[in-house]
Amino acid sequence: MASNLSRRGLLGGGVAAAGVAGAFVAGRGTAAGDPVTAVVSSYPFRGEQQAGIVTPAQDRLHFVALDVTTEDREELIGLLKSWTEAAERMTQGGSAGPVGPVAGATDVPPDDTGEAIGLPASRLTITFGFGPTLFRTADGKDRFGIADQRPEALEPLPHFRGDIDDPARSGGDICIQACADDPQVAVHAIRNLVRMGFGVTAVRWSQLGFGRTSTTSTSQSTPRNLFGFKDGTANVKAEEAKALDEHVWVGKDDDKAAAWLAGGSYLVTRRINMTIEVWDRQPLGDQEQFVGRTKDAGAPLSGGEEFTDPDFDLPGSTGPIIPADAHVRIVHPDQNDGVRMLRRGYNFVDGSDDIGGLNAGLFFIAYVRDPRTHFIPVQRRMASSDALMEYLKFSGSALFAVPPGVAAGEYVGQSLFG
Amino acid sequence: MRKTLLASLATLAVVPALAACTENAKTDAGGGDARALTVASTKDACDLSAKAAPAGTISFDVSNTGSDVTEFYLLAEDGLRIVGEVENIGPNLTKTLTVTVPEGKYVTACKPGMVGEGIRADFDVTRSDEEVKVSADEAQLIEQATNNYRAYVQDQTSQLLVRTQEFVELYKSGDSDDEARALYPVAREHWERIETVAESFGDLDPQMDAREADVDFAAGEKWTGWHAIEKDLWPARAEKYAVWTPDERAKYADDLLANTVELDKRVQATGKDALAYPLDSIANGSRGLLEEVATGKVTGEEEFWSRTDLWDFQANVDGARIAFEGVQPILETKDPELAEQLTTRFAELDELLDSHRKGDGFVYYDELTKDDVDKLAAAVNALSEPLSHLTAAVVS
Repeated sequence: MASNLSRRGLLGGGVAAAGVAGAFVAGRGTAAGDPVTAVVSSYPFRGEQQAGIVTPAQDRLHFVALDVTTEDREELIGLLKSWTEAAERMTQGGSAGPVGPVAGATDVPPDDTGEAIGLPASRLTITFGFGPTLFRTADGKDRFGIADQRPEALEPLPHFRGDIDDPARSGGDICIQACADDPQVAVHAIRNLVRMGFGVTAVRWSQLGFGRTSTTSTSQSTPRNLFGFKDGTANVKAEEAKALDEHVWVGKDDDKAAAWLAGGSYLVTRRINMTIEVWDRQPLGDQEQFVGRTKDAGAPLSGGEEFTDPDFDLPGSTGPIIPADAHVRIVHPDQNDGVRMLRRGYNFVDGSDDIGGLNAGLFFIAYVRDPRTHFIPVQRRMASSDALMEYLKFSGSALFAVPPGVAAGEYVGQSLFG
Repeated sequence: MRKTLLASLATLAVVPALAACTENAKTDAGGGDARALTVASTKDACDLSAKAAPAGTISFDVSNTGSDVTEFYLLAEDGLRIVGEVENIGPNLTKTLTVTVPEGKYVTACKPGMVGEGIRADFDVTRSDEEVKVSADEAQLIEQATNNYRAYVQDQTSQLLVRTQEFVELYKSGDSDDEARALYPVAREHWERIETVAESFGDLDPQMDAREADVDFAAGEKWTGWHAIEKDLWPARAEKYAVWTPDERAKYADDLLANTVELDKRVQATGKDALAYPLDSIANGSRGLLEEVATGKVTGEEEFWSRTDLWDFQANVDGARIAFEGVQPILETKDPELAEQLTTRFAELDELLDSHRKGDGFVYYDELTKDDVDKLAAAVNALSEPLSHLTAAVVS
């Protein structure tokens, strides 16, 4: 049994203890440069909050949105229980099913698909969320008797200027975010969870991501997006306990009807295509004016270094030195009533588009306490006045409520269904 | 492309007389380190690594170690004419001025706080093997380019106004929709040819040329202009769409016409309200029009309802070519190879577009095959890449 729990001999007999303690075992093939990834190889699945939010952002993403195809509440709960067990095993470097990819009978398909044999846990986190349509379908049906517990803020996001409304890339009843340092580990997790769901859930859309575009810990360096700029410098970090309570975690008094969500969060996803080829033809000086930061160090144009606060009032030769439509000015907390997000996005390249351009951009992920105050106004401001909008097309959009963490003996979402 | 409002003459900042400044990254100066200088600009000092440099392409790496925004200028001996400048250098940041300078006496100036005449010093450019030609005609060429482009833009908006009046009448009459549909892409050509100028009016553009997806209905915005009327004339692709009543038609048509009158008025303005067309804005406009093609026309997104994207496509390319040809005499003196490449690539794209002509116009976008679109996209890329170097080349 122990050999099935761990895909590698490395964890060996210490599996049980290591899994609980968080297995501080040196990982192989982890991202260079981030001290955190050099010492931590796995994170516990259970905890006060779900892992994969403040967890130092891993390098790879597989995100899936699912529609629930059953109307049977018990079937759905059964799946949530199975998912919980599988997610706990996989995040500790184990197999999806209890038997494993090669240990079972030869006349049935294995309960794990096998492509992660020999791979470490790779800091895998699996995070679950519930979409507005789980509570009530578009035509008003309360399939699982939970409509009265729908959080008030869990409304489908509105159409923003420049959105390409594509239902095939938007929405969903349930989402699963798998992040890991190894793409094969993230894909293995989603593939097996989707497989377990057949008959209860069906895939609506999914997204692969590489190259985290945000830092969620002060121990990480700020990465670059596909425009070549540093991104998410002002992100909320794991170390900022007060800011997390203020901007990321749903408070216990935030929504009385949805008390089950207290300690959880809201997850916004936006698939943002960049018109890469056109962007690449912009002069360096113009690019920096659009972003409001230098391309090299990421310093605000008002001077200093990356983490120097931008001076939005500093005059330049024609108007403020950080232009009125510069991205940093539009989205900076100082310009948005102080609201901050915990961003956890990834770059994506889904091959080429119909005319030979890169089908690429940023898969934006943000965790916020309330999308009505922490996301929608900022996105609306960006859509109407950000210089970068000229180079962006929003091709997917979704909102999920992310329940709090799973305690010992519980299943994910138990606070809602239990 | 940067969408800065075209300044009127009255508010236009001082531009270098010979427009000889660039803020490009350092290019190979060809003469080693003697032409690569550093400048340290502080609150009260302007320290250059050398007081002289050999004639040729000289770069000044300007570091701002003060606490105010600073600027750096290379001025002619008279201390008035700007040979090159780099602006808006924030504290702790560095920007580079690269400028081609003939032998002679010059003045350098750092301007911390961007006020006053700055901290000045003499600077010598010594004779070298690198010959620097300064065309005495350049100022004249620039003036000519500016005047020609202004005349072109004014001509297009006046034609746009005439065509829009005709279109609005047909559309409002209610019994001439076929004629209105035929005129729609023809009238819009005049808009598309000068789209980058029209878009610089941030108040008019969203009212006149917004696509449905550009409108934030949830925030209370209204959809008006060409494309709203387009949908009403071609509702075939629309779901659950109720065509407009005669009153609604009149309302939207009159609004479009009023905005067109306003656009034309601003473009035709003279005296202190006249629009200025500095050389870089003309060259950037050429690039910007090709960006419009790449992001909206070649993908068939611009004319979603009418499928008349190729009319817009051709008009954008026309406008880009006119802008290029306006600055071509200057480019010929600076980078003849680029001039030749752009001439060739414009001709190739025009030839490809010609193959999709039908009658007085073009085939509809949905009549193009995947292969047709691929070839058009490749030709747009082939032209756009060298075109992205046009501005830097003509103002160098």
